[in-house]
Amino acid sequence: MNEMLNVSSNPHVRDKGTTSGIMRDVLIALLPATVVGVCVFGIRALVLILVTVASAVATEAIYEKLMHKKITVGDLSAAVTGLLLALNLPVSLPVWMAVLGAVFAVLVVKQLFGGLGQNFMNPALAGRCFLLISFGTAMTKFTFDGVTTATPLAQLKAGGDVNVLKMFLGNTAGTIGETSALALLVGAIYLLAKKIISLRIPVAYIGTFAIFIILYALGTGRGFDLNFLAAHLCGGGLMLGAWYMATDYVTSPITPKGQIVFGICLGLLTGIFRTCGSSAEGVSYAIIFCNLLVPLIEKITLPKAFGREAKAK
Amino acid sequence: MSILTFKGGVHPYDGKELSKEEPIVEYNPQGEIAIAVSQHIGAPAKPLVSKGDSVKVGQKIAEAAGFISANVHSSVSGTVKAIEPRLMANGGKADCIIIENDNNYEEIEYSKPKPLEELTPDEIRDLVKEAGVVGMGGACFPTNVKLSPKNQDDIDYIIVNGAECEPYLTSDYRRMIEQPEILIEGLKVVLKIFPKAKGVIGIEDNKPEAIKKLKKLVNNEERIEVKQLYTKYPQGAERMLIYAITGRRINSSMLPADVGCVVDNVDTLFAIRDAVIEGKPLINRVVTVTGDAITSPKNFLVRIGTNQRELIEAAGGFKAEPEKVISGGPMMGIAMSNLDVPVLKGSSALLCMEHDVVSSVEETNCINCGRCVSVCPGHILPSRLADLSLRGDMEQFEKMNGLECCECGCCSYICPAKRNLTQAIKSMRKQVLASKKKK
Repeated sequence: MNEMLNVSSNPHVRDKGTTSGIMRDVLIALLPATVVGVCVFGIRALVLILVTVASAVATEAIYEKLMHKKITVGDLSAAVTGLLLALNLPVSLPVWMAVLGAVFAVLVVKQLFGGLGQNFMNPALAGRCFLLISFGTAMTKFTFDGVTTATPLAQLKAGGDVNVLKMFLGNTAGTIGETSALALLVGAIYLLAKKIISLRIPVAYIGTFAIFIILYALGTGRGFDLNFLAAHLCGGGLMLGAWYMATDYVTSPITPKGQIVFGICLGLLTGIFRTCGSSAEGVSYAIIFCNLLVPLIEKITLPKAFGREAKAK
Repeated sequence: MSILTFKGGVHPYDGKELSKEEPIVEYNPQGEIAIAVSQHIGAPAKPLVSKGDSVKVGQKIAEAAGFISANVHSSVSGTVKAIEPRLMANGGKADCIIIENDNNYEEIEYSKPKPLEELTPDEIRDLVKEAGVVGMGGACFPTNVKLSPKNQDDIDYIIVNGAECEPYLTSDYRRMIEQPEILIEGLKVVLKIFPKAKGVIGIEDNKPEAIKKLKKLVNNEERIEVKQLYTKYPQGAERMLIYAITGRRINSSMLPADVGCVVDNVDTLFAIRDAVIEGKPLINRVVTVTGDAITSPKNFLVRIGTNQRELIEAAGGFKAEPEKVISGGPMMGIAMSNLDVPVLKGSSALLCMEHDVVSSVEETNCINCGRCVSVCPGHILPSRLADLSLRGDMEQFEKMNGLECCECGCCSYICPAKRNLTQAIKSMRKQVLASKKKK
């Protein structure tokens, strides 16, 4: 025996979990919402989703090839970005705009800052906001059953009434993946069961937002209006944002307490944007804005080291 | 019944089924013996013999050189061949007394101490010191020093570390189920020093046999209790163990005695018992030889100084060529580059792995998932500290509590990006501690 033994620092065993495994689970969790989106909006939704995912993955591969870096599309993170972006687009968006959004998300927001783990904003949401600013009309044109129509939240803001059950099931206007709160919750349960995400960010986010809306309804003379609250919770991409995008590891705090603070900030901002802003929505802007606060939030929420909590006896 | 634990930790594959049913068998060395003069934290012991001297089993061959140091005894009878540096399991070299074993195992005459009831605490400590007992869980801190805290009257817990949370290790388990009464005797010796203290034996709940046997034995003991701990690595880390049993917390700059505790490992209590009841020095220990590359895993009672390669042969040799051989367990053990190194007082296991996972995985970018934070028993931020280490930012590293790391390895174990977090933090800790010493 030649006895060439490997030498390395401890520990000498590793858990089976990998980055690509985590990304794969996120893709699986998004499947119900994707399927509902395609069912509600038709085959064009499927085309848009496939093109967006393919563009995101291709952008990453081409950039890394040109830069002589290791091709990392196998970690599936670009696919997740592409899918999340697609689910945030209206079904009628021209395909080239979707491609542009995917290129912006992966190239500018992710790769130019150093690739996976280095971006300070959620790439998919930054891509969406880029498109919203650049192509406002196309990005806010929602069709449902072949007819251009306002989203439930926009109707609500204009003083109209909405069908909450339809919003919960997804049978309503909106972006491809945001309409079905039910499908999004099914995926969220999968992520929780697989311990990919914890409850901290989503619960702090949704809870704060709900309290904000209740107080807003009371303050504006609506009274305690459950229908209004439910419509706000199911509509406008809150479920998609709270469970899938605010929980993005890279752009959320690593400290447990910080995650709760992050969720609270998100709830407040989303509430303010929705009630005071000109648009009926606000989830995307709230999240990318709070992404920028992450370093500060982490700084003030550093955990106390074991045995440093209080003076010993 | 309550099961006690701590926050954080991981559940690696425990591999104990390979060797837990193997009774402890005595192994006598074939070749020469190399007894290191530095098998403990502190100053190396000063050799008392020279080349050509003949020695007997149990003879003191090196003497503690300072307060934090320990005596070293011969584990065989024979002739001193040389005193020279030899390779150790950790890759460094240390002075060893090389003894040609005459295979007669002629013992010195031990002077039997007075009965325990008549011994004073100081006499007990002297016996422990004379016998060269050190913490055999791996830290190798001289036990007599541990048994002499400044606040002796404040000690209210003597904790026996029977957690054995490191995967694959079964030496403590075998000790506990084969000779539980000896362990209790050892504990009683320590309790004699601390009249106000209560003895607690903490055992993980994956060792029900040991819990059952010891519970039965302490049924009528007023001062001794067995506590069942939740099975989770690193349950046996001193700080975690103290917390699980007493709810008290110590940080890296405190000693267990600061919160009224003295913690001893199972093998150490056997050595304490032999020293104080029999007057015999520490000359052997139990070593688990295991792993998927070993033909028949075993628990050996081994004489200190035995060449570790012999143990592999005694366990049937390799059934597959190992990629990695570890002195100790897979979480905190040391990877060995050479098998021809002697067993030390702190060598708990020899783990031979056919495949080395670490070299087969590739380190990728941190995705900030926070798994390292949630498993860290020290409640620090391993991924951030590793970044600071790579950047060489000592000041910030200290500010972010980098020195609180206990090097348990949970962060590297759990990391999905397979980053070598523990390694980075460990090396920075070393630098910071070294620079502090200079000041």
